[in-house]
Amino acid sequence: MKLLYFAWVRERIGLAEEEIDPPAGVATVGELVAWLTKRGEGYAYAFENPKVIRTAIDRNHVRADTRIDGANEIAFFPPMTGG
Amino acid sequence: MTTTIRLQREAFDAAAEAALLTRGRADVGAVVTFTGLCRADENGEPIAALTLEHYPDMAEAEIARHVEEARARWPLMGVTVIHRYGRIAPGEVIVLVVTASSHREAAFAAASFLMDYLKTRAPFWKQVEKASGKTWVAAKAADDTAAGRWSAPPSRREAAKS
Repeated sequence: MKLLYFAWVRERIGLAEEEIDPPAGVATVGELVAWLTKRGEGYAYAFENPKVIRTAIDRNHVRADTRIDGANEIAFFPPMTGG
Repeated sequence: MTTTIRLQREAFDAAAEAALLTRGRADVGAVVTFTGLCRADENGEPIAALTLEHYPDMAEAEIARHVEEARARWPLMGVTVIHRYGRIAPGEVIVLVVTASSHREAAFAAASFLMDYLKTRAPFWKQVEKASGKTWVAAKAADDTAAGRWSAPPSRREAAKS
């Protein structure tokens, strides 16, 4: 699946997007965040406070307990500040 | 209903966009136009510019979902939402919401609803450029509160108060 990162999440990780193949057992958004956090310092910094991170699966807002199976595109970003 | 949603780098002409919603028709009795502008300061500190980052496909889809929601709640005849991205200097326009209806209540309410949701649900992020460097704007709790007032139907809100 494709992951997208925006704003300071993108800056901390150092990537705008990447393809990943998470292991079995990573079933929800929250578990994906926990798995990503272990991938390196940038990820750990980006996800240091997982409660503030917003997630979208295939362009729809979702919660941490949402299952990720079948997702094509998962985006992580800070709370939105548009308008 | 006429719906226009645009995400663009360029500025827009609010008056011209509003005029488009009423051109050639005489059933519209109220047009509300909201324009958001880039201020020259952030928390009392002068800023050089704002840069808006966005998630293009989701921003368009999310705005469209909220326009649909507004249509379901109020009798609207037209809605235009334009949101800029990229670098924006103080004094320049950032966002436009125009709503048209036969009466003012629906036009005011729908414009307010759409702006509250744009602030808290549309995937845009503002970065400010100051003399001290670039920083990401933090989300405001007041914006979440403003958006939250639309989530409970009026009857339930009244019941919660008693």
